[in-house]
Amino acid sequence: MVDHSNTRVVVGMSGGVDSSVTALLLKQQGYDVIGVFMKNWDDTDENGVCTATEDYEDVAKVASKIGIPYYSVNFEKEYWDRVFEYFLDEYKHGRTPNPDVMCNKEVKFKAFLDYAMELDADFIAMGHYAQIERDDNGIAHMLRGGDSNKDQTYFLSALSQDQLQKSMFPIGHMQKAEVRRLAEEAGLATAKKKDSTGICFIGERNFKQFLSEYLPAQPGKMMTVDGLEKGTHDGLMYYTIGQRSGLGIGGGGQSNDPWFVVGKDLDKNILYVGQGYHNELLYADQLDASNISWITPVDHGTDFHCTAKFRYRQQDVGVTVHMTSKTTATVVFDDPVRAITPGQAVVFYDGAECLGGGTIDVAYKAANDNADMKVLQYV
Amino acid sequence: MKHIYLDNAATTPMAPEVIATMTEQMQADFGNASSTHYFGRQAHTVLDTSRHTLAQSIHAKDNEIILTSGATESNNTAILQTAKLRANEGKRIITTAIEHHSVLKPMAYLESQGFDVVYLPVNEQGVIDLNDLKAALTPETILVSIMMGNNEVGSHMPIHEIGELVRESNAWFHTDATQTYGLLDIDVQADNIDLLAVSAHKINGPKQIGFLYVNDAIHLPSFVLGGEQEKKRRAGTENVPAVAGFAKAVELLTPAVKADLQARYAGFRQQLLATLAANDIDFALNAEGADQVGHVVNLWIKGVSTYVLQMNLDLAGFAISGGSACTAGDLEPSHVLIAMYGEHSPRVAESIRISFGHETTAEDVTAFAEALTKIVKRNLAKQAAKG
Repeated sequence: MVDHSNTRVVVGMSGGVDSSVTALLLKQQGYDVIGVFMKNWDDTDENGVCTATEDYEDVAKVASKIGIPYYSVNFEKEYWDRVFEYFLDEYKHGRTPNPDVMCNKEVKFKAFLDYAMELDADFIAMGHYAQIERDDNGIAHMLRGGDSNKDQTYFLSALSQDQLQKSMFPIGHMQKAEVRRLAEEAGLATAKKKDSTGICFIGERNFKQFLSEYLPAQPGKMMTVDGLEKGTHDGLMYYTIGQRSGLGIGGGGQSNDPWFVVGKDLDKNILYVGQGYHNELLYADQLDASNISWITPVDHGTDFHCTAKFRYRQQDVGVTVHMTSKTTATVVFDDPVRAITPGQAVVFYDGAECLGGGTIDVAYKAANDNADMKVLQYV
Repeated sequence: MKHIYLDNAATTPMAPEVIATMTEQMQADFGNASSTHYFGRQAHTVLDTSRHTLAQSIHAKDNEIILTSGATESNNTAILQTAKLRANEGKRIITTAIEHHSVLKPMAYLESQGFDVVYLPVNEQGVIDLNDLKAALTPETILVSIMMGNNEVGSHMPIHEIGELVRESNAWFHTDATQTYGLLDIDVQADNIDLLAVSAHKINGPKQIGFLYVNDAIHLPSFVLGGEQEKKRRAGTENVPAVAGFAKAVELLTPAVKADLQARYAGFRQQLLATLAANDIDFALNAEGADQVGHVVNLWIKGVSTYVLQMNLDLAGFAISGGSACTAGDLEPSHVLIAMYGEHSPRVAESIRISFGHETTAEDVTAFAEALTKIVKRNLAKQAAKG
């Protein structure tokens, strides 16, 4: 066995089972392992209770059991400045941001990575379901997680080669059930802990209420594209393209199908709705994206075919990427896709490999020459 | 890896003699000191002799010592019960901005109950201005609570002068002596102290035992209600082995031992600063020029953050303090350094506390200075490389 005792790895421990087993495996492999809990959000409630306390206590229990030192580090300021401000800004613009992509890029693999280097670390390790493979030239490639249900490469798509070079995903090849089994065998306190859900800083709280604490809601009209008023909306930021619930209007109409959000007009503060899950207004066959970055320095050319995901846990779709600049592209789909959401990430794959991604700005039908309709699709 | 402990202001290892006394006590007697039979009397005798030792150590009378679970409880009792007892005499209480949280939290609570709490500022030496105290003392002031020595920066307050000022007023004088007890001579009579709090675990005694000295002219209502222990001033069955261990720890601290410790700590301080200077470390002493309690050295290491220093030192085997941790483990900015230098001073985010103890050796101090040098240089080099 290779002697890893001089390789220091700082593990980002959240108090969950995945990062617990990450630390366990590294320790078993003989690395010099340090566990660090990241406190990114102050969610102390009116009773002075915060979930971070319980999570940190779980980190303490697990780290003690494994036999590694552990610390806590506060990135509340970094998270606020680099993730939360972006998050609010996107909502202000009627878009649906993906804070997890930003959190990985700016906090977990930047602020935390920098911090780990200050602890003289060689690598950081995370409990993500993604895999790193180095080629003969030493270039790190990111592959989908071994558990296809848990694959998290979508959220890691904005990482750079430098970030990936310093990272390890020790459970990336495993199935979730296997991770839990290992945790249980090792007697880790987090073996049966429920996975966290939702956006980390909102947790189990009501999303609408949370957002209203930070952004003023402006109620307005809810209309069909034909100009028929269907009621009022609570504020455009509360709605996402393709969403059904919360519309406040039932079926009725011509088909008696349920209603869905098909578009937003930010200037006029109008929420457009249409009937039917498969409403044609919800379908697009191409999108424009910006902030595109690639994980490896490999040149993919300016026009190429690959697959893409437009949201987490979506099946890949065949696409042709046309680069319009170094960081922008028009992405044409092999088949129309429903409910593409501006603000979310578009992530590109070549087989098992995650190539990189960008932010969706506009989705539309190429053949649609009706300018109004085009606008409607993406706002 | 060898672990070197330089965090004695947080707690200290128990002295072997203390452990021996407590072990013996646990084996010999188990009685409840309140019981009116042989076993109870045996335990009670231990309490009496121990209490006498504790009282002597601060020039107090035996009946002025109330045994508690430690300085936190003693401070809470002194402050909250004085406020309760004297609320109709006045609502003003004077304290300082750099007290321990076991003083500041009760003060905040009293503010929420309508008391007027005055927080005296401190200078860059971590010391109050007596003129500020004089100006704040009104006929409605019922309590002045000022620590004897600060736990973070080691500054020693002018206790005698404070005592004289307070004596001329209507207020009682309470002092948290946790960090000075065992290092400096304390005389509650000469210094006009009415209430004084200490813990055993800071002087190589056991944890969860301490006392509150209450001048016998004062009759504070009990904070903990229940049985009639401590002459109805603190309910709960006494922890006799811990009390015996506490008294033993006090006995060990003879004037000669204290003088020797002071001399050694002064030498360590000198040695630490000289080594860092010789190694070209850019640092400054916090509370520089202050009258020092002795065991605490608080250093501003320019350009390297507290948490980086503390964690790297821990990983290298050196235990020092970077401040108090919140419940999620991260460090809170020091209210003491903020009070001394302002919240925007880089000192608040780039300082560490080293505190010596009985077991500290010159070799430990050298090893620490070298390890700190290595860490500081490595991190500054990394910062430079990053641009």
